Parts: sequence; structure tokens; C-alpha cells
Amino acid sequence: MKTRLNRIAHARSGDKGDRADIGLFAYDAQTYDVLKREVTAERVAAHFRGVATGKVERYELDNIWALKFVLNAALQGGGSRSLRIDNLGKTMGAALLRMEIEAPDSLPRLGAEKRR
Amino acid sequence: MNAQRTVRIGSGLGFYGDSWQPVRASIERGGVQYIGSDHLAELTLAILQKDRSRDASLGYARDVLPMLAELYPLGRERGVKFLLNAGGLNPRGAGAALAESFRKQNLHAKIAVITGDSVLERVDEIVAAGESLAHLDTGASIAAVRERLVFASAYLGARPMVEALRQGADIVLTGRVADAALFLAPLVHEFCWSWDDYDKLAQGLTVGHLLECSGQATGGNFGGDWQKVTDIAHMGYPIAEVGADATAVITKAPGTGGLVSFDTVRQQLLYEVHDPRNYFSPDVVLDMSTLKLTDLGGDRVEVKGATGKPRPATLKVVGGYHDGYMGEASLAYSWPDALKKARATADIICTQLQERKVAHDELHVEYIGHNALFGAVAEDDDAEDLNEVFLRMAIRSRDKKVAEGFRRMFPWLALSGPPFVTGGGIQGATELIGIWPTLVTRELVESRVTIDMIEV
Repeated sequence: MKTRLNRIAHARSGDKGDRADIGLFAYDAQTYDVLKREVTAERVAAHFRGVATGKVERYELDNIWALKFVLNAALQGGGSRSLRIDNLGKTMGAALLRMEIEAPDSLPRLGAEKRR
Repeated sequence: MNAQRTVRIGSGLGFYGDSWQPVRASIERGGVQYIGSDHLAELTLAILQKDRSRDASLGYARDVLPMLAELYPLGRERGVKFLLNAGGLNPRGAGAALAESFRKQNLHAKIAVITGDSVLERVDEIVAAGESLAHLDTGASIAAVRERLVFASAYLGARPMVEALRQGADIVLTGRVADAALFLAPLVHEFCWSWDDYDKLAQGLTVGHLLECSGQATGGNFGGDWQKVTDIAHMGYPIAEVGADATAVITKAPGTGGLVSFDTVRQQLLYEVHDPRNYFSPDVVLDMSTLKLTDLGGDRVEVKGATGKPRPATLKVVGGYHDGYMGEASLAYSWPDALKKARATADIICTQLQERKVAHDELHVEYIGHNALFGAVAEDDDAEDLNEVFLRMAIRSRDKKVAEGFRRMFPWLALSGPPFVTGGGIQGATELIGIWPTLVTRELVESRVTIDMIEV
């Protein structure tokens, strides 16, 4: 089934210079495997097209079921020169959570929502 | 040293302007022995530079004065020590102002002031010594911005702060230091960790990283099930209980709001981290992939297993350079056709900018209520029927007059533009600061670090 990431994961974003960084966290191991498969650096780069113009890097942290994305050239040169209202990319984590991916409906959070 | 001993460190501010009210609970009920307080986000020095250019005695985070006037007496009877990077661009100025403030209140303290992080005055000398100071990401030469630099400060490590504590400081005031080092320093001091015990240093750095952003480790700005974070009105800031073996428990003062859980702690763990296997600091390189986080329940999360590698041969320097001005304006449009009308107005402004040949480097248009936060990621599903939309336009120009005059292009639209328009706001020229991250051989900076002790 198709699902937005915010149903199965949570996130926080921050900045360093012209880089935005987003931590994406699965609530369980099964979902983490799906995130690793579906939320690739390429897909994230495509999702943020028009916002981040540089390369997207991805780091995997199996020990805490988390993926770290670093978006280069993402903040119009950096927070103190950006013209955006969100000059620090604080909401980019939410923008990532809006991404839609293909996920098995057997994932714990998806199953739980159906039962409700 | 007693191997069973625990050191308790609490979080102070997470940025210049943050609230110190939650720190009261950490001192009164949280049993903390140290407070580490991070007043300097990456761009805070840009703000402090503007203060300093107006008045040479300024250039520090001024909230340190009322903060310590309130918290120091509270902590004094309990022996709480404070480490703060509130010195900003002018640690000596901060020390002098704090001493003056304490004298007036008849408070007594040993205040250590650490300087030597600023390299702005030494850029030419450092380049002459063979350092390129090239942009860390683009490789561009420092010459491109040399004349426009307004600050350049190296991130110092924990060592000078450990020395200040050894000398008996009650308050340690610094300029730019690695944020997490404010918390690593008391641990090294208390447990006498060796500077080559990399795994312990890495644990200490992890603790510091978790505590450097105040409420972000206790459920603040939590991008998950945020409604599970209760009683934020009485938010508790994080407290770390650290043992001599460097195992830590992250918690908060009893009776405070917020949430310490596996989820809230791991969100902060990765915050503003680039490569989690190589988290650089001046004292140690941390590998987060070996960490084990265990939710013990009751707002307690155990953190252990960090591994460390030797510190790098260079220190990170972040410089800021003058990069033109921004002018901005906004207007509010109501239903019907709120977004269409805002877009039509943006087109009108663009036409006039073009016809009047207004020299600018960039024009940014966003529609608050539709896409101001998400930009190109925003979806259009409900765009036709929004209740209201704010048009916000911002211009970047090297010419201050252009940025200043931009706002005057808007008021006439209230009577002559698209209908059902109101409010909004206009802002004159704001100085923009470009960020210049670079590296410098550490000895060039560390050989100049000084610790002054002021006794009040």
C-alpha cells in the first residue's frame, strides 16, 4: 500500500551552513528495513527538487533504526543569508515526512491504524 | 575517585534568547552539580557582531547577566557551577559585565574567562603561516571574502574549561567552543579521564550533544507523536547522570513537563550531525553507530557504548562575511481566490522591478498558508479554496538602498491591487551574512588561548 512517511516514522531537521540535515526514525525494526529500501538518497533528492540543489547523502544507523540525510546546497547559501521564512530548514523534516512510499500493510503502525 | 560516584549535569540555554526558567527546577529538584549553557547557534555571532559594531564593549550574549543574577544565587548554596559560551565575540567584555553585575548584587564568584577562539584579527597572519582557510565545502579562496569578514572564530575544545575548573572557577565564560564541550569538560574534570581514553571522551561528547539544545532532548520540537509530550508549560530541561565508566542516563527534574524517551533522545542524538560515524569535535571523533539507547521508563534513557577516535589535527573555524541586504514585505489576501490574488500581486511587483531596472541579486516569493515552509515540496491539492494567504516577497541586493526601498513598492496595492487585501507588514534593509566554514591547524589557535580569573 502507499503511505506517507509520517504514519510510520518521525523526523527532526537542522542546519549547518548551507546544509540541511534530517534524521528519519522508524518506530520498529520492520519499518526500518522498509525505510532503508524505499527512502534512498536519490528519492530524497527528487523529493526536495527545487529546494535543495546539491547532492543528498544518506547514513544508516541500525542501532537506533534511523536514517540520516544531509542535503547540500539546501538553504540559499545558509541561514544568515537566506531569504526564506524558514531560513534554518527547521520544517524540512516535516517535508520529508510527507513523502509517499510503498510499504507492506503488515507494518505495525499501519496495522494499528486500520484496527482503530 | 569513588567508582560508584555519579556526576549530574543539567542543560542551560539552547540558544541566545532561550528561557532559563526550566533550569531552576534542575537546580532546585534535579540535584545538578553543573549547568552547561549554549548561547551560540552558528549564526548567533552574526547578531553579536552587529551589537559590537555599535558598542565595542558588547558582542556577547547579554542574557547571561539576568540569567546568572537569578540562577547563580540559587545554585550557590548547592555548589552548582556554570559553563557558558555566552562570551560570544567578546568573552572579556562578558566577564567584566558579569563581575560588575555581581558586585552590585553583592554576589561572590570566581569567574574564568577563556579567550583565543577569535581569529578574525589574525587571518592574514594565519594565511602567511601557510594555511589556506579555503571554504570547507566549495574550496573557494578566502580572498573572495577577506575584506568582508565580520567575524571568524575557531571551535575550541574542553581542555581550557577543564583547566579553569581545576583552578576553582565557579563560572566559566567562553567564546566559541564546541557546544558539547561545555558538558564534556566537567566530566573530564570530575572523573580525571585521560585525553586518550577516546571511548569515555566519546561518551562525554554524546552526553554534551544530547544536552546542548535544552528542551529538544526532553520532548521539545519533537517531530513524532508530539501530543504525547505533556505539560510543556512546565518543561523540564535534560539532566545527565554520568558514572565514572561514562555510562549515562538522560532524565529531567521530578515534577517537570516534557518527555524523555527512546524517541525524544534519539531525535536529538542525530540533530545537526553530518556523518554519525565521524562526528568531529576538537577533543575526540565520535562514532554513534555503536551507541546503545535503552528506555528505562519514567523519563529515563540509558546511553552507553559510544566509541571514539583520536581528535583531528585541525580545528573548525566558522567565519561570517557581509553578503548584501534583504528587504521584505507581505500582504494578506482572503478567500475567494486568495492564492490567485497573491500570485497576481507578485507578478505586478516583478513587472515593476523589471521596468524600473531595480538592481537585485535574487527575488524570493512565498505564499504563507500555502508553500512558505515547504517551497517546491508543497502540494497543490487545496490551493484553490484556501481561507487566506499571505504573500511574502524578499529581495537580496548588494545595494542597501534597493533593499530599503523595496517595501515602498507595496502600500499602493491596498487601494489599486487585487481585492480583499489587508494587513501584512514591511521590513527595511536587514544585513545578510554569508557563512565561511574552514579549517585551521590547531596549534595556531590553541597556543593563543588564555584563561583569566576574575574574583568577585
